[in-house]
Amino acid sequence: MLHYLEQELRNQRGNALRATIENVSRRGVLGGLLTTTGLVLAIDFSPASAREVVKPYPTGGDGMPNKTVNNPKVFIAIDKDGTVTIMSHRAEMGTGISTSLPMVVADEMEADWSKVKIVTTDGDEPKFGNQDTDGSRSMRHFIQAMRQCGAAMRQMLESAAATKWGVDAALCSAKDHKVVLIDDKGREQGKSLGFGELAEAAMALAVPAVDTLRLKSPNEFNYMGKGEIKAHDHRNITTGKAIYGADVRLPGMKYAVMARPPVLGGKIKKWDGAAALKVPGVEAVHEIAGVYDVPRKFGILGGIAVVAKSTYAAIKGRDALVIEWDHGENASYDSVAYDKAMTETAAQPGKVIRKQGDPDAAFKNAKQVFTGDYHAAHLNQASMEPLVAVAQVKDGKAEVWAPAQSPFGAKNDVAGALKIKPEDVTLHMTLLGGGFGRKSKSDYIQEAALVSQKMGGTPILLQWTREDDMRHSFYHTVSVERVEIAFDDKNKVTGWRHRSVAPSIISTFVADSGYKFFIENGMGHVNMPYEIANVSCEDGKAMAHTRIGWFRSVSNIPRVFATGSAVCEAAHMIGKDPKDFLLELVGSDRTLNPKELGFPEDFWHYGDPIEEFPMETARFKNAINHVAEKAGWGKKLPEGEGLGIAAHIAWQSYVATIVHVKIDKDGTIRVPEVHTAIDCGFAVNPERIRAQIEGGAVQGMSTTLYSGITFKNGAVEQSNYSDYNIARMSNYPQKVNVHIIDGKPSRPSGIGEPGMPPFHAALANAIFAASKKRIRKMPMGDKIA
Amino acid sequence: MPTINVNGADKDVSDPTIPLLWYLRDELNLTGTKYGCGSGVCGACTVHVDGAAVRSCIMTAAEAAGKKVTTIEGLSPDGEHPVQKAWRQVSVPQCGFCQAGQIMQAASLLTKNRAPTDAQIVEEMEGNLCRCGCYQRIHEAVRLAAGGV
Repeated sequence: MLHYLEQELRNQRGNALRATIENVSRRGVLGGLLTTTGLVLAIDFSPASAREVVKPYPTGGDGMPNKTVNNPKVFIAIDKDGTVTIMSHRAEMGTGISTSLPMVVADEMEADWSKVKIVTTDGDEPKFGNQDTDGSRSMRHFIQAMRQCGAAMRQMLESAAATKWGVDAALCSAKDHKVVLIDDKGREQGKSLGFGELAEAAMALAVPAVDTLRLKSPNEFNYMGKGEIKAHDHRNITTGKAIYGADVRLPGMKYAVMARPPVLGGKIKKWDGAAALKVPGVEAVHEIAGVYDVPRKFGILGGIAVVAKSTYAAIKGRDALVIEWDHGENASYDSVAYDKAMTETAAQPGKVIRKQGDPDAAFKNAKQVFTGDYHAAHLNQASMEPLVAVAQVKDGKAEVWAPAQSPFGAKNDVAGALKIKPEDVTLHMTLLGGGFGRKSKSDYIQEAALVSQKMGGTPILLQWTREDDMRHSFYHTVSVERVEIAFDDKNKVTGWRHRSVAPSIISTFVADSGYKFFIENGMGHVNMPYEIANVSCEDGKAMAHTRIGWFRSVSNIPRVFATGSAVCEAAHMIGKDPKDFLLELVGSDRTLNPKELGFPEDFWHYGDPIEEFPMETARFKNAINHVAEKAGWGKKLPEGEGLGIAAHIAWQSYVATIVHVKIDKDGTIRVPEVHTAIDCGFAVNPERIRAQIEGGAVQGMSTTLYSGITFKNGAVEQSNYSDYNIARMSNYPQKVNVHIIDGKPSRPSGIGEPGMPPFHAALANAIFAASKKRIRKMPMGDKIA
Repeated sequence: MPTINVNGADKDVSDPTIPLLWYLRDELNLTGTKYGCGSGVCGACTVHVDGAAVRSCIMTAAEAAGKKVTTIEGLSPDGEHPVQKAWRQVSVPQCGFCQAGQIMQAASLLTKNRAPTDAQIVEEMEGNLCRCGCYQRIHEAVRLAAGGV
């Protein structure tokens, strides 16, 4: 993510993204695409009888470092026995992307899935294209490249067969893992050659140019859009054979843990490792210098590493360390005081980042105004797999194994930390036991490499304990969001003000100004889609005192908790049904025009050109109406039960959620059922899409009710799952119904993150419907007071 | 020297104080059993000790000495235990990290109780956390496995 961000910052400065599009356009690849938004699509236009050349559309993938790669010789290998090996270059952290993208390749090349083998690549972006696996963009940005890969391979196989048979390639048609001879009417002639038989000749051919590729039409898809392919790694996972970060074993490998400063920026005053060295199994203790100059980026915190013959011995050794810390300038960070300060900031005018109409006049002339302050705590990603990495640094070269969301970024960061060349670092991607944004940062990987270097080349498995993982994260921000809604005397909304106060992720990358940057602003703040004439989106200053990082759905969490709750509260204020009021706010069918609406110049649309992925209110309303119908919105429920609704557009997906809450006699908040409707464009792998929405609801439940990180005297107060609570078997949303809307004709959009944001507000609104209690602070706790 | 029978083979224990989890992972290289919390609150390290589900991170090797320990690697010779099959049929895992523990917990439940009620499933699986949020499918898969897949 770091190098993605640097690229984005360059894009913003030089407006390079637009230049990229123009350049592509000038090359003639796009033709009139930019002016015919929504009409030229990679799917859904090619008649089944005659595959046509498909014009690519630009995505944010073009603006990512090392862009996308569509070379079949890079991504596909075919053995003589017909086994097709497909490379998976994106990190697998549970989304199923290591199945879904190879499935796209296999489908397009007419491979039989049972003969496909999937191999995880190393971190190598010049070879495979961008590998930053975050931002819900793997399918969004790579479907075209993977389809092109598959189509090119199919055409190469057909050409190879044509040569063997001495016929025109048009009479050779790949189907079900072989190429069959057809006549000019498409009838099979009873002759075929298997992919294995054609492999060598096909691979020797030049890769056809993109503008000669004939992609399959949707009615020819074998796997895409069907949801019938099982995730390829489930047998290994269910038998304990899957290899995660801590499962790598090397000859002579030692285990290490580190003691790190409890407060960000803290330094060692003095330390004594003598007692640690006496612990049986402990072999060495080393001081590892941290990165203390700000911005720290993904620099390590520094501390003392204990190396031992087992993780257990290393942990015992660490317990025996005597360290005196200088806690540094963040030692006064206190969550209670900070929330109070943010609340005060939220009550004052902020830096205006979107202005439309005359909001001041609208509020001055309002008949009544709704005002709500919404608080959200820091969060830790808390993947079940604590941070871990394995490294061997020897003779100026490093070999690293890590559960990395950004394997190529991590490779470069390791090189930087070791002061060696990036080409002297090899980074092997393991399976990730969850990521949720934390594993986009490479600090834990750098640590493993630095300890191995210190040990003179001993292979090191550096394990973070759960306590380390809780106390040294890059936390989801803490926030106060103020939403104000102005009404005229006819209860029509005339003004909207949304002030967001939260320390920014950008504080880890550049000197902290206290203000957020365009990526955060683009997540549910400046792109508020409601049809309101007067709008002010404002940013309130908040300095960071801990490392702020990505957390699944990022700024959308506090933003949509606030706006989604406010819409419901305001509906009640004027005596309207919350769903009807929501639809009224979304307003007429239209495509949002960022210029007319006063979106900022640096408006960030999840990295994509908005011309290609327009914000369409008809799709938004459709999702809301769809979920309302499925959930039986308006139905009568017993006392102590209620429904809440919220909806959001993010990662180019349209999501609407209705949560059903039931309050037990002792006040315990239960969620017996959830309905979520999602229009994510072309649903490539509906089975894994469902899984993501189900999981998003569970994680949303945790975030809304149970989980919170707090600081006192600069240090994190929580330590483990015993005091950082997450949803479990007895209190998760019991039945999540996922309704995938047929979003065609459209491109696939994001799916990993969009399910979460509306959940928080829908739950808050349902709690209100069930109990008449409005809670504006996350986490809310498991009981109604 | 005390021994532990792990997946059918007797193994020597040199340090009786080492938690069973780290003994399995770092000394026997049986990495299917996962470290999640180290304090018995997440269930990722669940194994069977004499048939009962146990958090291996809070049981020492000494406590396991002389007993039969089964890990995910030893649950079934071919990976076709009814619980494993049900897990795949329902496509339970996302990241998969907690699933060995979940499967061991579920397998132990079904040994004790061949037809658990929904409430019993919840009670038994309550201590096994899943951050991806696969609980709905875990519940469904336990039910399916109880039915004999």
